[in-house]
Order: sequence, then C-alpha cells, then structure tokens
Amino acid sequence: MSGTLKKTPFHAFHTAKGAKMAPFAGYDMPIQYADGILKEHEWVRTRAGLFDVSHMGPSFLEGADAAANLARLTPSTFEKAAIGRAKYTVLTNPEGGIIDDLIVTKLAEDKFLLVLNAGRKDVDAAWIAKNISGKVTFTPPVEGTPLLALQGPYAAAALEKAVLQKQSMDDLPYMTGDWYSLFGKKCFITRTGYTGEDGFEIMLPAGDDELAIRVWDLLVNHPDVKAIGLGARDSLRLEMGYPLYGHDLDETTSPVEADIKWIISKKNDGFFGAPRVQKELNGGAARIRVGIQITDKGIAREGCTLHTRTGEEIGVLTSGGFSPTLKQAIGQGYIRPEYAKDGTEIRVDIRGKKVAAKVHGLSFVSPKTNSKPSA
Amino acid sequence: MANIPAHLRYTKDHEWIELQSDGTAVVGITEYAQEALGDLVFIELPKTGAGLSVGDEFAVVESVKAASEVYAPISGKVTEVNEDLSDNPAAINESPYDDGWMIKMTVADKKEIETGTMSADEYAGYLDKLN
Repeated sequence: MSGTLKKTPFHAFHTAKGAKMAPFAGYDMPIQYADGILKEHEWVRTRAGLFDVSHMGPSFLEGADAAANLARLTPSTFEKAAIGRAKYTVLTNPEGGIIDDLIVTKLAEDKFLLVLNAGRKDVDAAWIAKNISGKVTFTPPVEGTPLLALQGPYAAAALEKAVLQKQSMDDLPYMTGDWYSLFGKKCFITRTGYTGEDGFEIMLPAGDDELAIRVWDLLVNHPDVKAIGLGARDSLRLEMGYPLYGHDLDETTSPVEADIKWIISKKNDGFFGAPRVQKELNGGAARIRVGIQITDKGIAREGCTLHTRTGEEIGVLTSGGFSPTLKQAIGQGYIRPEYAKDGTEIRVDIRGKKVAAKVHGLSFVSPKTNSKPSA
Repeated sequence: MANIPAHLRYTKDHEWIELQSDGTAVVGITEYAQEALGDLVFIELPKTGAGLSVGDEFAVVESVKAASEVYAPISGKVTEVNEDLSDNPAAINESPYDDGWMIKMTVADKKEIETGTMSADEYAGYLDKLN
C-alpha cells in the first residue's frame, strides 16, 4: 500500500525512528514518533520541534503583472508590500468560497512564492494556471522540494547554532522571509509557522537530498530540537484557532464566515467572489467560525452538531480534540452569528449526548509569534 | 513485540478478558491496542449494573486524535468500573493489563469465553497476520 504513496526526502529518518506513518494527501507521513503526541506537543511549546512539511507545495508567480494577478486570485494586495513580506491569504472562487489557504511571500516586485496545501496543490495549480493573464508565469509546485518547519521558543537559537554558522535570525521579523546560505546553497527561510510559537519555515533546493538530510540531521541532533509528527502539528494549530483546509475551510466557506476578514484588503474589490464577500462584510454572514470549549466531560470531534441549551441545532464542529496545554477538550466550528459571542453557553452532541460547552475566541493559547527575537 | 500475558483471553478487537476465581471477569484493552491508539486522554465507561451482550459497545477510549469504541467480549452485567481512569486515562497506556483495567463484569455464559475469544498464542498469531 505504501508503494503508491509519495515519500519526502526525510522518509528514511521517520521510519528509522519508529514513527507511526500514515497516508496524508498522498504522502506517507509521520503522525508521531516514539514520544507520542502529548510529549511532542509540549516540546514544541517549551523547546523546538522540527517538522517535515515537504508534502506542501511551494510554487511561484512571476512577471510584471504578478501582483495584479494576485489581487484577482486573493482578497489581499501585494503591490505595496515590502520585499520579503509574507502574508496569510486565501484563493477564492467566483462564489466567494475558499479554494485554499496559503502564505504568499514577496520575493521581488515581480516574483512571489505561494506555498499551497498538500491536498490542494493540484486543484490550486489548475485554478491559478487557468485564471492568470498578462505578463505572468506560474510555476507549479516542484515535487521533491524539501520543506522544514522549526517551531518553538528555542527555534531561532537552534537554527543559528546548528546550520546558520555566522548568520543571525535577529533581523528577520515575524511574517517575513529572506535568503540564507546553508553550506553554500541558497535557501529561503520565512519566520512563519502553524504552531503559534516563534519559528521558521525553511525551503531547500529541489532535488538536493544530500543537503536536505544534512540540514535535517544537524537540526534534529541539536539538544533542544526533536522531530515532531503531524499529530502534534494538528493539536498545536487547534489550540491557536488556525483553520485546517478540508475541515475548517472549504469551497463553500467565505473569508468572512471563516472569521479571517483581516486578510481582506480595503483596496481590493476585484478578486474572485468579491460581491459575496462585500455583502457579508456589510450585512453579516449566515454562519461564523468560532472556538468551542467543552466544559463538561467528553471530547467533541469534527462533525459533532452544536445546539442551544434547549436543543435547537445552531452549528457544527469542524475540528475538535484535546488541548495538551489546557488539558481539556477544545474545537472550532461554524455557528449562527447570534450565538457567536464569547462565553455563550451551548451544547455539543457527542455520540447522542448533549454535553455542555462554551463559545470561545478562536485561539485558546496566546501566540508567541510576535515576541522579539532573543538576543 | 507486543506484550501478551499467557493467562488472559483476547478478542479480534483487541480487548483482553481475565476470568477470576470468584467467577467474574475483568476486561481491558491490549498493549497492541493502546500502542495503536497513542496517548489516551479521556475514557468513557459504562455505569455499574449495565447489562452487556457480546459485541456491545461498552466504553469509548479517546486519544488526542480520535475516539475508538471498546466492545464487550462476553455477555454479563457490569459490577465495577475503574474510576481511576477518569483522572488518569494514561494508565491504559502505561499498564494496559493491570492499572489500566476498565470494567469488572459477571459471566453470563462461560462458553462465550471458550468459544468466542482467543488464547495468548492465538492472539499473537492474529497480530502477526495484521502486521
């Protein structure tokens, strides 16, 4: 079965370390290593975790009209952004639904890096290729591009010590990227992540597995760094209220419903689906994404319905699980706006039982992403 | 290699059952099951006195990632549940055959154990085939 799954350049490390492997978006990926999800999660919150994210799809949009095309493909604007700026945004469809969420980094006035979700990169690439126009070229994700994420309070120090030699990360602020030299090879590093911790995403040259494995080994052998699987990646992002495409976002949800309206630029009214998004910005959406805290016993999972205290159905959970930091069940889902206020008492249907819960802000743990780089 | 104590009986769903000298039985999940589930964070147990038939879902074990049902290996009535698991669900991970026991129950029909469950050797062979 695993013969039909794609492997990342770090696959041999995962299996040698006894990781529990599982198919994820067509790749054979590590869910957890020997420590287990709880310990891995805590390690990222207190030290630094190294994630193999090579299943994701780095792609490029370049040409004089690249920024203008991005303003049509996404609700954001990039024309005035500084070189190196990274923005979280979404690709929208003509109905204002979300095709994918992604981080776009401005590499030059006429060149952008778009990192697409593993499970969506084929759909995204086809959509982008079909809808760009003018002086612009789209380069779809190159299979075999090694991508790493190093996340946690010790990430910067470990990265500098293990692989950067004399280069410092001090002048790379959150949500920016720059080129660094790793053993003489140009690599692109952004100060971004999916855990709420300070950290980096590192893109290495495609096809250079030798360099990729060298960088991985040096990082993972640093005493403050451990390899972390996709299981903890999911519990970490859930604590932060970050959405996961295919669960919390899909082609029917709009950026307003998803409560990411901060990505919508006031100067951009020409993106796909703008009429619906504008209408929802002015008049409200039919549902809104919120955090859900389970206050009684039980763990609510994706698909559990949300109810008023008297039983009326008012929404659905799109992600749910256990928060290792809070030691309680949390989740996120879509609820009717009149119930979306923080602290609203609701019920969640867990296997037919109505369990007490509360509406909560999307994040359950304060992000550390804006903390100043350590001296 | 999974730990499979010789004195217990096993099911295909990875429950173990121990027949005690007083004629009652203790039930839990196996080392293989806890390993496959990963860190357990919540256990839903039945009420004392609940009547069970073979194959009934009697408990739910929840890991960080997912919920899994636990099925009754035999028919009988629940006489005791392991209350300690509500504070310490990880006991099943750390000690699936001792501290991690889940329920004690009466045995309605001893034949169900003989014919419906596997010996340790049979279970070891069954696991080999799964892997």
